[in-house]
Amino acid sequence: MFAVVREPIDPRTFDDPIRPGDGGAVRFFGVVRSRADDGRAVHGLSYEAFEPLAIAEFERIAGEARERFGDVALAIVHRIGEIGVGEVSVAVVASAAHRDAAFDACRYAIDELKRRAPIWKKERYADGSARWRENESVS
Amino acid sequence: MRIRVLAFARLREILNAAETTVELRDGACIRDAWAALAASCPALEEHAASTRVACNSKLVAFEHALHDGDEIALLPPVGGG
Repeated sequence: MFAVVREPIDPRTFDDPIRPGDGGAVRFFGVVRSRADDGRAVHGLSYEAFEPLAIAEFERIAGEARERFGDVALAIVHRIGEIGVGEVSVAVVASAAHRDAAFDACRYAIDELKRRAPIWKKERYADGSARWRENESVS
Repeated sequence: MRIRVLAFARLREILNAAETTVELRDGACIRDAWAALAASCPALEEHAASTRVACNSKLVAFEHALHDGDEIALLPPVGGG
């Protein structure tokens, strides 16, 4: 499953299936932190996405993961809109025959998503100010 | 020809619109669309080097030739995750 959603992602019920017959699955949840990198108190994040290209990028990343790590099933779901501290912004699930491929694919997918998926976030601070936050630069 | 323009994040704020249109001469490319937008919104110019562009939901170069009815998207540096 590759999706951009507006509703909350609940890590307790996130139910993307572990692929039948696989021996390991790794789930990663990105969560809104209470403090910015500079220590300021965060009220929440506002995310937006260019959805058709974001989903195409998720699919491309999953294809690359299969090329690199073998037969891995990936699910990538990113939430957009206003997201509060402690809430999940992104979920990545990797299922594979063995744990190494599942860990590697999960890590690859979240890293590449952050590097290049057309998704943006504005950090909103407790004092009412806000600023756009960029990930590491894209080549 | 008429081109639909989508702008995201800080570029949306600079243009003060998530969506707009530009009228361009036949044979124009995305760089011409950018120049037309920057002419009416000079604050855009400093973001040219960091902006990626898509045409009809595919990443393309600024030299990509446009056709009437195309939709371009202006994508600032990303921050997902």
